[in-house]
Amino acid sequence: MESLEKILVQHPFVEGLPSEHISLIVGCAKNAVFEPGKYLFKENDEANNFYIIRSGKVAIEIYSPEVGSIIIQTLGEGDIIGWSWMVPPYQWRFDARAVELTRVIELDATCLRNKCESDPRLGYELMKRVANVFEQRINAMRLQLLDLYGRK
Amino acid sequence: MQVMFPSTYKVQRFIKETHYTFTIELKSLESRNGFSFEPGQFNMIYIFGVGEIPISISGDPNKSGILVHTTRAVGTVTKQMAKLKKDDIVGIRGPFGKPWPVKEAIGNDVLLVAGGIGLAPLRPVIYHLLSNREYYGRIILLYGARTPQDILYRKELEKLRSRLDIDIIVTVDRAVKNWTGNVGVVTTLIPRAPFDPLNTIAMICGPEIMMRYTIVELIKRGLSKENIYVSMERNMKCGVGFCGHCQYGTEFVCKDGPVFNYKEIEHLFGKREI
Ligand SMILES: Cc1cc2nc3c(=O)[nH]c(=O)nc-3n(C[C@H](O)[C@H](O)[C@H](O)COP(=O)(O)OP(=O)(O)OC[C@H]3O[C@@H](n4cnc5c(N)ncnc54)[C@H](O)[C@@H]3O)c2cc1C
Ligand code: FES
Repeated sequence: MESLEKILVQHPFVEGLPSEHISLIVGCAKNAVFEPGKYLFKENDEANNFYIIRSGKVAIEIYSPEVGSIIIQTLGEGDIIGWSWMVPPYQWRFDARAVELTRVIELDATCLRNKCESDPRLGYELMKRVANVFEQRINAMRLQLLDLYGRK
Repeated sequence: MQVMFPSTYKVQRFIKETHYTFTIELKSLESRNGFSFEPGQFNMIYIFGVGEIPISISGDPNKSGILVHTTRAVGTVTKQMAKLKKDDIVGIRGPFGKPWPVKEAIGNDVLLVAGGIGLAPLRPVIYHLLSNREYYGRIILLYGARTPQDILYRKELEKLRSRLDIDIIVTVDRAVKNWTGNVGVVTTLIPRAPFDPLNTIAMICGPEIMMRYTIVELIKRGLSKENIYVSMERNMKCGVGFCGHCQYGTEFVCKDGPVFNYKEIEHLFGKREI
């Protein structure tokens, strides 16, 4: 557990959290590795986990029967994956696939939600951090829609 | 050089880069000396009988014998340019404009952020930095393109990537199955790019909206406005500060730019009407 705590402390997502909060999070965490091509989860799966990427690259995809899988975005070291674990009905809205060998910290969503409910300070901190990521992703997606690099 | 009269150049090579972009290599028909320029400068290219437009020089500033331009076909003149063949003649006036701050960047990390065709005006900077490698810290190029097919200078980037003294990170907006690189706009690469924000000069080139959001991310990372440089585009006619076509507030893009320090034009940047 101690080594997991050490790893977690260095991650930008938890940077600056008080140690008692980090200990609470570590209680829900374990290490996981995904080989290239392996899915972390698929659309409509229950959002039972939440991932903090330590290394590697993960593609966020949406499947379309006509086109196949469309990559919307790739995430890497320092990123977190998903907020569906925080928002009912706790179901993934997209697929997540490892593009390279990817090491993550996998957090048990139920465990984390329970801890957030019983410690609203932790809940609020995590909510702020997830909201921040959410804001960045939504901005990036808007720019993608704008066709940032000029006319066709 | 008589600034208002074009010199004639012959197309030596025409290279199709992507669906919409092409590179022409030109050789002077007149001057015995080569053509010297600084990274970031542009030429007015005259396609006889069609018109004259500003295009940045995208070749190696150390190779003075050959003049290189990479262009995206968008309208009247550039679409005619796209039809040029070997041995065709074009008119050239230039080089014009203020260069990228490669001298000011000595001793610092250099971060280049390019979007779309914006990689072309930054390519001479890459050549310059690499041939004077010992004077700079880390060199990082972040490049965003619409799709993998739109990536400019693809082979050259792949070759550069194998060097250990430059970090090149490419991202695309849209990818299909076989793409194993990054997906997302170029601004998403900034938070974790490997540079020291207190000791970095950033040079950005791309559409204004891309530059605007890039600057937001750079400032979030801790870069000061004084260390950020952008290259602006405006319609041009004379290229030398006579006609006023390129006026940008109190500045003329042709002679005070196209490269500007962000701090100096911050009050104009992103304004809807100037
Ligand atoms: C200093 C400077 C350096 C430049 N360097 C380069 C370069 O290295 N490579 C390059 O390809 N271009 C470069 N440009 C842009 C280039 O000058 C224009 O694309 C060109 O003038 C368009 O001329 P045209 O006659 O083909 O298009 P026009 O017939 O004038 O325009 C046709 C349509 O395309 C639109 N359009 C024009 N320019 C652009 C643009 N840049 N992006 C999107 N839409 C546009 C116009 O609004 C119009 O709707 C540079 C511009 C400046 C000011
Ligand atoms: S193009 Fe004539 S003043 Fe700039």
